[in-house]
Amino acid sequence: MRRSLAGLALCVYIAASCLLAYFFPQSVLAFLLVEASLLLLYYVDAPRQIKIFLGVLVLVILFPILGWANGYYLEIAIQIGIFVALALGLNIVVGFVGLLNLGFVAFYAIGAYLWAIFGSPQANAFIPGNLFPLSPNWFFVFLVLSIIVGALTGLVLGLPVLRLRGDYLAIVTLGFAEVVRALMNNLDKPVNFTNGPRGIAPISKPPLFFQPLLEFFGWQIPEAKLYPLYFYFLILFLVCVIIWVTRQLENSRVGRAWKAIREDEIAAAAMGVPVVRMKLLGFAVGASFAAAVGVLFAAKQVFINPESFTFMESIGVLAMVILGGMGSIPGAILGATGVTILNLQLLKGLSLWLNGLRQSGAVLSIPLLGSYSLSQLPAQFEPAKYERMVFGLILILMMIFRPQGVLPAGRERKK
Amino acid sequence: MALLDLRAISKRFGGLQALINVSLELEEGTIASLIGPNGAGKTTLFNTLTGLYRPDQGEIHFQKRSLLGLKPDKITAAGISRTFQNIRLFSHMTVLENVLVGMHSRLKTSLPAILCNSKAFSSQEQEARRRAIELIELTGLCGRENEWAQQLSYGEQRRLEIARALAAAPQLLLLDEPTAGMNAREAQSLMALFRELIGKHVKAILLIEHNMRVVMGISDRVHVLDYGEKIAEGNPEDVRKDPRVIEAYLGQGSWMGNAQS
Repeated sequence: MRRSLAGLALCVYIAASCLLAYFFPQSVLAFLLVEASLLLLYYVDAPRQIKIFLGVLVLVILFPILGWANGYYLEIAIQIGIFVALALGLNIVVGFVGLLNLGFVAFYAIGAYLWAIFGSPQANAFIPGNLFPLSPNWFFVFLVLSIIVGALTGLVLGLPVLRLRGDYLAIVTLGFAEVVRALMNNLDKPVNFTNGPRGIAPISKPPLFFQPLLEFFGWQIPEAKLYPLYFYFLILFLVCVIIWVTRQLENSRVGRAWKAIREDEIAAAAMGVPVVRMKLLGFAVGASFAAAVGVLFAAKQVFINPESFTFMESIGVLAMVILGGMGSIPGAILGATGVTILNLQLLKGLSLWLNGLRQSGAVLSIPLLGSYSLSQLPAQFEPAKYERMVFGLILILMMIFRPQGVLPAGRERKK
Repeated sequence: MALLDLRAISKRFGGLQALINVSLELEEGTIASLIGPNGAGKTTLFNTLTGLYRPDQGEIHFQKRSLLGLKPDKITAAGISRTFQNIRLFSHMTVLENVLVGMHSRLKTSLPAILCNSKAFSSQEQEARRRAIELIELTGLCGRENEWAQQLSYGEQRRLEIARALAAAPQLLLLDEPTAGMNAREAQSLMALFRELIGKHVKAILLIEHNMRVVMGISDRVHVLDYGEKIAEGNPEDVRKDPRVIEAYLGQGSWMGNAQS
């Protein structure tokens, strides 16, 4: 009874927040409420079917509708999806296998450049015949190819490196990412593979294979509106596949072997776990996720250059995993979502709000201290500029008060 | 032919000769003990046997097959598993998961089967869980399977290590001080468990033990190490009377009375 009531309350909440967001498309707060509904879904103790139904409803129907009303929301949702996928990939390496990887973004970059080079005229620079850009239909081939290439790169890096442990491994992965970035920056001569720091553009978008279907229904959707929706569903699909793969692996002998290695490598080996093989597998799986997301990222951005794949990106994804809770799938998702929202929405929203106050010249009167005109607020004080500081502060506070992350891989709830 | 046959094993760490020409045979259906003072090389022998160290000299044959140069996981797959002197459980995993990790070498599902959630995979997982629960019950940890390994008491953790080692379906079980830190009653029940294991779950047990009551009470054969050398071997009665063993390890006088009481 109580559980059905909770389910009902959830429905009401989702309906209300969506209506708010629909009628106030400019309101950051309204959209945050919609996003929070997914978190509520996770926490509230309601019948399972209702929860799944509502989750699908929000992700597949309500989000796109809201995104239709305000394209910026869709952009945020896509960004969140990209980082969720990356965090899930890194979570395998750091959270399950327990290997600190500070260069995860390298695999992401490799995936992105894979499609960027062949999905744009760039490849003509070193392959004669004017075959490029490849037709958009190749996008899905490259999505699959990137998984293989990502896994192989993971293996190639892992083979010599996985004998190292802890700090040493972290340094080597960091170096690897810098090497990859240096290659992207400098492989423009003598043969122009990557076009160096100028980056590659224009990169083909994925094919609109469903176009005939839309015409059949008589729906005319301008491409500018169609593509964000398309990317949203692509990334949603990719994230679902990644979650499925991760969950299957987690509950198999592979996942248990990974965690055993994380806990005690020697004991794991003594229990029959082939340590090096399992570590390599973990590295390869994580890398293949990142590479697949990279392909999607390149197609979405149309233009990429090495600046998108800096060390800070690796650190950012790592922080998402740590904030959410290492070794926990819901944790990685929440960490990635939270940090992305914080960066893209909360701080920007706060800046806008403060600017508004500044311009309106409102007067803040504090008892005993006198009044203070907000128009005197220094222009330097703008939350969006303090992104890194706020982020760092959150990390410090988390490590002090909740080092295991927001949603740790808890077994307590299982009981 | 003995189940396990160690011939003239030597192992040196820099200036320390940890094992010198140690030979040891273990027959099927028996429990043997390895005793000796601290630093005599008992655990080194275990580590050499399980592939953590590679011996400088000597041969290891297990079921007529040489184990020399095999990685630890291959040795486990070949049928030898062990527990550790200083408990090495996977502390942030549940009791059940700990035992399931032990089954790694016995589970054979391929990656595609896992990803597709195939029938073969799920039935094998269920079977593994059923067997794990059996082992948990056998070692007296009934109903604790969803607790974290680190939540168990010291004695329970030792039992869990045994369950985990048994999960690999070994022929030979190596136990490194299984009753350390246990009181007399706990040690007694563990001895009963070892006797139950022989023939049913494993073919032979080799244990390192300092508790003479356990050693004398359970062993078919006792091997004594001192400064890396084997100084005596025989049934418990003979070893107890051996003057070299008394001098090196057991000591004269008082405790002999204790052990017999």
